[in-house]
Amino acid sequence: MNWALALPEIVLAACGLLILVIGVLRKSDSAQLCSMLTLGAFLVTGLLVLTRPGGIGYYGQFTVDSFAVLTKLLILIGAALSLMLSFDYNDRQGIARFEYPVLILFATVGMMGMVSASSLMTLYVALELQSLALYVLAAFARDELRSSEAGLKYFVLGALASGLLLYGISLVYGFSGTMDFGVLAHALGSPAQASAGLIVGVVFVIVGLAFKISAAPFHMWTPDVYEGSPTSVTVFLATAPKVAAMALLLRVMAEPFGHLLASWQLVIEVVSIASMVLGALAAIGQTNVKRLMAYSSIGHMGYALIGLAVGTPLGMRGVLVYLIVYIFMSAGTWACIIAMRRQGLAVEKIEDLSGLARTDPGLALAFAIFMFSMAGIPPLSGFFGKLYVFLAAVQSGLWTLAIIGVLTSVVGSYYYLRIVKVMYFDAPGPALDRRPSMLGFVAAVTGVFTLFFFLFPGPLVAAAGTAASALFG
Amino acid sequence: MIYMLAVFAPLAGALVAGLLGRWIGDRAAMAASVLGMAVAAVCGPLAWAMLEWGGAPAGTIRIATWIQAGSFHVHWALRYDALSAVMVAMVGFVSMLIHVYSVGYMAHDSYRRYRFFAYLSLFTFAMLMLVTANNLLQLFFGWEGVGLCSYLLIGYWYDRPAACAAAIKAFVVNRIGDLAFAIGVAMLFLTFGSIGFTTIFAHLAQHQTERYHILGGSIRVYELIAILLFIGAMGKSAQLFLHVWLPDAMEGPTPVSALIHAATMVTAGVFLVARMSPLFDQAPAAMTLVAVIGGSTAFFAATIGCVQNDIKRVIAYSTCSQLGYMFLGEGVGAYPASIFHLLTHAFFKALLFLCAGSVIHAMSDEQDMRKMGGLWRKIPITYVTMWAGSLALGGVFPFAGYYSKDAILEAALAAHSAVGDYGFVMGILAAVMTGFYSWRLLLMTFHGKPRGDHHAMAHAHESPWVMTVPLMVLAVGALSAGFLLHGIVIGPHWQYFWRGTLVLAPGNQVMTAMDQLPGWAYVVPSIAGLLGIAIAYWFYWWNPMLPVRLASQFRPLYLFLLNKWYFDELYDALFVRPAFALGKLLWQTGDETIIDGVPNGLADLAVDGSRGAVKIQTGSIAVYAFTMLIGLVVLVGIFLIWG
Repeated sequence: MNWALALPEIVLAACGLLILVIGVLRKSDSAQLCSMLTLGAFLVTGLLVLTRPGGIGYYGQFTVDSFAVLTKLLILIGAALSLMLSFDYNDRQGIARFEYPVLILFATVGMMGMVSASSLMTLYVALELQSLALYVLAAFARDELRSSEAGLKYFVLGALASGLLLYGISLVYGFSGTMDFGVLAHALGSPAQASAGLIVGVVFVIVGLAFKISAAPFHMWTPDVYEGSPTSVTVFLATAPKVAAMALLLRVMAEPFGHLLASWQLVIEVVSIASMVLGALAAIGQTNVKRLMAYSSIGHMGYALIGLAVGTPLGMRGVLVYLIVYIFMSAGTWACIIAMRRQGLAVEKIEDLSGLARTDPGLALAFAIFMFSMAGIPPLSGFFGKLYVFLAAVQSGLWTLAIIGVLTSVVGSYYYLRIVKVMYFDAPGPALDRRPSMLGFVAAVTGVFTLFFFLFPGPLVAAAGTAASALFG
Repeated sequence: MIYMLAVFAPLAGALVAGLLGRWIGDRAAMAASVLGMAVAAVCGPLAWAMLEWGGAPAGTIRIATWIQAGSFHVHWALRYDALSAVMVAMVGFVSMLIHVYSVGYMAHDSYRRYRFFAYLSLFTFAMLMLVTANNLLQLFFGWEGVGLCSYLLIGYWYDRPAACAAAIKAFVVNRIGDLAFAIGVAMLFLTFGSIGFTTIFAHLAQHQTERYHILGGSIRVYELIAILLFIGAMGKSAQLFLHVWLPDAMEGPTPVSALIHAATMVTAGVFLVARMSPLFDQAPAAMTLVAVIGGSTAFFAATIGCVQNDIKRVIAYSTCSQLGYMFLGEGVGAYPASIFHLLTHAFFKALLFLCAGSVIHAMSDEQDMRKMGGLWRKIPITYVTMWAGSLALGGVFPFAGYYSKDAILEAALAAHSAVGDYGFVMGILAAVMTGFYSWRLLLMTFHGKPRGDHHAMAHAHESPWVMTVPLMVLAVGALSAGFLLHGIVIGPHWQYFWRGTLVLAPGNQVMTAMDQLPGWAYVVPSIAGLLGIAIAYWFYWWNPMLPVRLASQFRPLYLFLLNKWYFDELYDALFVRPAFALGKLLWQTGDETIIDGVPNGLADLAVDGSRGAVKIQTGSIAVYAFTMLIGLVVLVGIFLIWG
């Protein structure tokens, strides 16, 4: 047994325990220290992920392949970026407690486990580790009604989804006699094995995971939780867990259930179309930036699902490229949103951005870049994310998905561009507070990535391609 | 080399004046423009003389390749033959005089003048490109060039609504002709695989019998092409039905009118038919059409000219009428006579317009002849030169018009055909009216009691020498051009002069037959002109109340003529208003309702969808969970039914 395969996760978890102890022992200003230590732990883990060899261990329960490596790095980057964005925000909101980085750390451990899972059991345990941490995080501003409500909603609905997932797993296990991805794939190779019960089990698994990536119609929690949670938590929710859950969905669909593509393709298509349409339409009516971003993320997951629905390595590559692009532009957008603070109070209405181009041109420019990228306007990175999934869909003849995708992007660009319009053409309101340098740093880094992605898409697309083909062994 | 200089010097002048005029100032721009024209005016006649008498060989000067596309090859080239050379000589010379005159005429204009001179020179260049073209595409380039420049010049005073409307009208009416012309060129390419004159004329015999079958009928290819080209010529040369732009073109400055009516633009149609004479000779039906339209226009325009009160409009209709003569000549195959009339007409028509300009200048921009009178003492040079121009126009011996106009009428009679006889009768009637309206103009403007307001009359003065010298030069031309040239241009050795550029159909003996008519045929045109002059004297000299009485007695006829046979009103009802109605329909129904309506409707749909999507987001956990379960059931259903 090669236990060292899970070394990054073990190290990260150990760091988490250590930081917890430090946090408890140091009474004052432990939050700052713990956050820094967590960032350090992320860094060390990232290096370990990059350098450790791959393989399958723990009696087939745990896999490390290029897909896992890529997605783990993305998760770590997302977690690190959102943690960096939380420093100042948590301070000002009075929620700067050392548990915060620790919870993020454990959620990250769960996510890393998710993308490495090669058995339904590992999948469920890792998913629950991540989810429990997220439930607590959503309610982290515990004195605030909205935050508590968000946490509770997330928990109740998450429990429902968790139950559905578990039920699905039990069905699959009951009809096939195994939870191991490799054995399942081998068994389902002959169509006779695909009994109706097992297929229903697969649908339940899909539904459980669709909840995690907030795809329609399992998205209902998203706007409320995004709006209610402290913005620093929302940033985290919107980045790393999305990547982890989507990666998990990719692996589950491609590895054990890959042979059933013909059966689940339509389901994924329906979910994808529903997400794209809902993401495009519902966002139009929003006045709150955080709610708007919630619908936006639903739409983005819909676009990414196009690649999954295609079901080919090319499609999976498209999804991974989309995730890479999405995590950066999403973190950047949230950096801009967190910077919206007036006279010490966080503001989150779209109209609070009016005339930002005159009061804070730098922030407005960054915001505009991210909005254009989200709308998928070339040459920004968001365009390439969409390009690769649409390309895969068209090459596989899934015209419906591609056409609906393009149409909903058109509708979606309305609300992205509206933000740009408000910032650049409306009469300026009172200036926003000076933003902390960390926000500027994150926005700049992600902005540069978004702006100049088109110069060097090759290596990233190639890495995504390698990772995607790893799923198809 | 000299020939190229004659063509491109005006272009150089136009470019310097137009592109640099803003920086080098009006005086320098004018100098550049006039200098370019002076070069052309020297080189053009010189090149012509060298060809005719100096023994220079005719040929083609190739400049550059223009289009190479498949079997379609077009070159920029200058054709150097008798027809082109004589046109270059005339255009360069007359245009130079108009340029010089413009220096004086435009001196008090409130606009920057470099623009005017740049357009004027560009106009001349476009006409030169047209007459020197070796293929139909380059001819079309010049054709459109004069169209563009006429638009720019007619609308030169762009803050006057009437000028802008006239400019647009000229452009649009020309466009109709241009469309037919372009189709004709395309069909020539289809038939011959080339649009070079040399190739077309060399292969004319091969496609004699080809026919097009359209709309159940059939027509010979040559007839159709010739008719299409002639429709183009009708547009440019303001023939009946497409003449409506010409009188309105008077809204431009007077030198522009002179240029359009004398040397450039309107003669392009006559030139085109002459240039394509080998083709037209093969198309007798088209020739008949040319003659009928020409004869009708000569008569029709003259009737209107008799009652107009605007001094420039009278001359404008006389141009229209004279162009009709030219087409009449071409229609019966007397191309030399027509081109001869074109040349002499260029002199005396330029002269008449410039004189009119001088009168207008003297009268402080008054153009209504009813407010003139008694001017002859104040502007004697203009008076005398205008007499010369009118005598030439009226066809009085030995002025230019006597030789050229009579030649056309004789040719029409000599054709011994129904069309020829029709043309002759129309021409004689028009000649009477020509004499009448010319002297009506002279008498109303220069004689009688001064009818203008005292202020204008007191200020009436002779124009500066820069304007009067061109008048005198042109007057000499109007006096002597016919007398000097008729022998060689339309005389017995006309074929030697034209060197094969004007081709008569085999068997068409009109050029010899016109010298063998009965004696009365040679005097009738002159008598007709003198009769018209006598009537004018009777009406406006001895019996000034008579015209008023006649006008009230035959009021419907008078109004009919005064309103130009109601052509403008007819076209307005037939074309303009339906076009506007169609435009409004497409705009309001097509564009605003349908094209705008679809996206607007989609946007509304999106907003409705958004409301619906937001509405289900109630905040209640039970609703959320329920939605998830419904979703689950739907997916399982899909899976079980289709999966």
